[in-house]
Amino acid sequence: MKFLWTYIRKYIWIIAAGMGLKLSGTLLELLIPYVMEHLLDHVVPRRELAPVLLWGFAMITLAVIVRFLNVSANRMAVRSARKAIYEVRRDLFHAALNLSGHQMDAVGLPSLISRMTSDSYNVQSFLQSVQTIGIRAPIMLLGGIFITVTMDMGLALILVIMAPIMIALVVFVSMKGIPLYQKVQQSMDTIVRIMRENITGIRVVKALSKEKYEVSRYSHANDETLHRDVKASVTMSLPGPIVTLFLNVGLTLVILLGARRVNDGVTQPGVILAFLTYFNMIMMGVMGLNRVFMMLSKANASAGRIASVVQMPRDLKTLPEDQCPASPREGFIVFDHVTFSYDPDTEKGREDSARFAGTGREDCLQDIDFSIPRGGSLGIIGATGSGKTTIINLLMRFYDPARGHVYLEGRDVRTWDMDTLRRRFGVVFQNDAIFADTIRENIVFGRDITDEMLDTAIRDAMADDFISAYEDGVDHRSTIHGANFSGGQKQRLLIARAMAARPDILILDDSSSALDYRTDARLRSAIREHHGNATLIIIAQRISSIMNLDQILVMDEGRIIAKGTHEELMRTSEVYRGIQQTQMGEVD
Amino acid sequence: MARRDSIMKKPKDTRTALRRLLAYLGQFRLLIALVAVMCLISNLLSLWGPNLAGSAINEAAAGQGKVNFDRVWYYASRMLICYVASSLITILIHITMVSVSKRVARKMRQNVFEKLMRLPVGFFDQNQAGDIISRVSYDIDVISTCLATDVVSILTSSVTVLGSMIMMISISLPLSVVALITVPASIAYTAHMRKLTQPRFVKRSRAYGGMNGFVEEMLSGQKTILSYAHEDQVEESFDRINEQAAQAYYEADSLGVTIGPTMGFINNMCLSLIALLGSVLYMNGAIGLGSISSFVLYSRKFSGPINEIANIINELFSALAAAERVFGILDQEEEVHDQPDAVALSHIHGDVRLDHVSFGYDPGKTILHDLSLNAPAGRLVAIVGPTGAGKTTIINLLMRFYDVNGGSIQVDGRDIRSLTRSSLRSGYAMVLQDTWVFNGTIFENIAYGKENATMEEVVAAAKAAHIHPFIMRLPEGYQTVITEDGGNISKGQKQLLTIARAMLYNAGMLILDEATSNVDTSTEREIQRAMRDLMRDKTCFVIAHRLSTIQHADQILVVNHGDVVEQGTHAELMRNRGFYYGLYRAQFE
Repeated sequence: MKFLWTYIRKYIWIIAAGMGLKLSGTLLELLIPYVMEHLLDHVVPRRELAPVLLWGFAMITLAVIVRFLNVSANRMAVRSARKAIYEVRRDLFHAALNLSGHQMDAVGLPSLISRMTSDSYNVQSFLQSVQTIGIRAPIMLLGGIFITVTMDMGLALILVIMAPIMIALVVFVSMKGIPLYQKVQQSMDTIVRIMRENITGIRVVKALSKEKYEVSRYSHANDETLHRDVKASVTMSLPGPIVTLFLNVGLTLVILLGARRVNDGVTQPGVILAFLTYFNMIMMGVMGLNRVFMMLSKANASAGRIASVVQMPRDLKTLPEDQCPASPREGFIVFDHVTFSYDPDTEKGREDSARFAGTGREDCLQDIDFSIPRGGSLGIIGATGSGKTTIINLLMRFYDPARGHVYLEGRDVRTWDMDTLRRRFGVVFQNDAIFADTIRENIVFGRDITDEMLDTAIRDAMADDFISAYEDGVDHRSTIHGANFSGGQKQRLLIARAMAARPDILILDDSSSALDYRTDARLRSAIREHHGNATLIIIAQRISSIMNLDQILVMDEGRIIAKGTHEELMRTSEVYRGIQQTQMGEVD
Repeated sequence: MARRDSIMKKPKDTRTALRRLLAYLGQFRLLIALVAVMCLISNLLSLWGPNLAGSAINEAAAGQGKVNFDRVWYYASRMLICYVASSLITILIHITMVSVSKRVARKMRQNVFEKLMRLPVGFFDQNQAGDIISRVSYDIDVISTCLATDVVSILTSSVTVLGSMIMMISISLPLSVVALITVPASIAYTAHMRKLTQPRFVKRSRAYGGMNGFVEEMLSGQKTILSYAHEDQVEESFDRINEQAAQAYYEADSLGVTIGPTMGFINNMCLSLIALLGSVLYMNGAIGLGSISSFVLYSRKFSGPINEIANIINELFSALAAAERVFGILDQEEEVHDQPDAVALSHIHGDVRLDHVSFGYDPGKTILHDLSLNAPAGRLVAIVGPTGAGKTTIINLLMRFYDVNGGSIQVDGRDIRSLTRSSLRSGYAMVLQDTWVFNGTIFENIAYGKENATMEEVVAAAKAAHIHPFIMRLPEGYQTVITEDGGNISKGQKQLLTIARAMLYNAGMLILDEATSNVDTSTEREIQRAMRDLMRDKTCFVIAHRLSTIQHADQILVVNHGDVVEQGTHAELMRNRGFYYGLYRAQFE
């Protein structure tokens, strides 16, 4: 809540004004039955029409004013909630977008997205409701009690005793209900999971004639959902009738006690009548308070989750150059005995580790040591999880190494300004992102790229034939995640993006796997011809994609187990020969 | 495949949906009758309550020293009994209706799932999983919530409204006229506001949807955005989208929040008018003070449900729409039943013959024209072709996921349409490219095809599939639970598991998709070895990706654009210098 306060503080005057309006609106609304009581008890018995009309119109006037005040107050609440949530989301998005690799792994993408969406929505509706009903409910409750107390202390005592018991009971039942609903959600998730399994595996299920078995498995989950659901729903349907029951019991007591007091001449009969109305008000107050309470506990959890991202310290700071010694050896890109783990010792027990890296959590690097001269080329090959992508993650500084140094142009990458560093690269990751925008925007990607550069990049990436097949060419739109393109088309777009700005360093991480051999070969020759000056790093599963490069690293479990040209490796590395043999004889 | 969204395009027929929904309630008719009776009683009680309260107050208001306590107690005690009984019955009604509505929901979920199991495979090709699932999770929930709350509201409030009205009229006709004016006023107002706010709320949810989509897309592409130092522009775009969402929220909700106070205003106006008119009537001696208070209580009972009525009607209609969507699935055409004289295939030899087969997924759009093929027991048929060329079509026909349009397919000399489906399918073991494992232990996943498989059999199959050592390395061995997306085991290991499943199943014929993508080399070698073992002595239909398989095949079907374009042995096809020749040469360039 402290976190939210920093956002609300700016609008405290709007909020205060709104609350003031709400307060007066609610108080005036409480006056209406009071006026009615006065009218019936004191004015009517005089049997004069004029004062009766006067008081009657007073009630109507009050009703009009009350509506005006409440509407204005509600609008102000929406206005301040709108402004505050806009800023919360802006800061959260800024923080999320700039998380370091380690931080992203720790939070996890699905969780981050739900903080951005459902958590921010919870906070917003809380900000609004706490101002609209958060004031009203306690005022109705306390005001109702206050007025009844001033009307008749003795009768009001019944309410004063009952209200806390009622509130405690209602909140208790509601709090019991929340975990019950979570259980319902869990078993509903099981149902959805079984359905999804059966929909995706329908061919297997049918091939093995397992329909009956699946139906019984589903039926089991279905029954469990039923029982949990009934339990939760019954629990949550209790507060309403309970409150009504309490109030009606209280009402009876008021009448009984009231009769005695009227008889004793302490109370006017109209008071009993007014009590009826105030009872209703108090009941609404109790239910409203219960709602605010539930919302508060939900919003508090959400605000906490948002705050934990926004308040994360900026990782990967740029270091001053004098703190990091220059590269001990020649080379455009140098890895100097680099060791790295996705699971730093300082943060134990994280889940979803290394999701950012797109590979398993045991992924790490040990004593990686190599250098590439300017304009040279490097190929990396090895099993999934052997640490190929991690090398790129360190080179582009998504993570910092645990030991050793990474140098670009003789300078430790940690001393480079982050944007300047990354602008030197053109990179295609595994499963890289295509955005829901035009082909042009996906390739240009906000950089200064002329149409001519764009055309060249498209041609070099072998993407011209399928793009020109669209009537609107480069202005053709991609759907979300590029779902309207095939795997090979996506890869060609991504390669065009990487090449478009004519980067100093071109990195292709397993990004030609969906291209057929012929296109892959033509792509490589285009790179040689038009990007000969660029330093090239290619990560691949297929030997044919890297066999012509200057230097090849063979990786296994985070280590470089062999290094050299294709010919050298064929002679010296058994693993490399093994890969070559398995891959011979693939058609496709 | 064609005919997407086939379950979406159902003509709207609300009345039928209502009738079928009522049929679901049919088995609970006794309970529902009971609820109706309870509703009636609880209503009568809660109506009688204010009346008694009024009498009690009238007695209490006799004035100083004139109160008849026996009379007050008489009314008050009855009033108390009334209210307590009414509350208890209300709780009972809730409990009954909750269990009825949730049971209806369970039955619908069950029916939908059982229906899904009877639908042809093509249904799942044409409809998105998310859409089918949302009908079960979301739509059925809408229906059951409506039954649990709205139906009770209607049952209880219709009696309340009617009863309150009668009571009000019996107390004072002129006051009733005043109170009744609020009905058209509030209905007209809510209807008007709904029309006004609806488009704004639609706009609001669209703005939120757009924002969520943007956030999801950008955060999944975070690494790419950072790589190209593109953050600032993305944040600028988000700023715009965020501002739009905030504005849409403001426009919708600032109008929405006027509804509550206005409804309150209508009620307060009503109260004022009743007080005013009541006073005048009281002065003329036409009404007692207690009667005015009963009247006020009744008018509150009366206006409460009226204020809700617009919402309830709206929810009812959305529940009916949801029901239509659910019934849309239940009305799908099922897999053709086995012929009445269908026989079970037993002692399978494994001769498979395709005789002038023609087929198309859409009527009038034939994609397989006249395919003939003879695969005697133990032979290997390879199917090759570019991705998306329709290699799975042949498998769909062999397994009888679809029936041929012309010609016939025979197993051991019998037309497969004269066989029971389950016996035909049990003749095949199948290993597909999108390896399917489900949430369960490794043991369960391997044993899936064979009921009552013993641990020894499962271990033997796992050993044959070369995955036993890996399983033993897991902390819980064969009892390790794996998940649907197989998060804790790799793709290659998943493939070995499905091979083990097929090993255990041990059918006479085999359908196999060889593709291994993104698997490291040593796993790939294991997979190749396991597949070779699996194929031994079986009639095999292999979607082939490997030279070794293709060259040894007895028959090769070359598929392109859905149709078989060439057919023959490797040597014959190479001599033809056709499509296959080009495909084969491509890798040596």
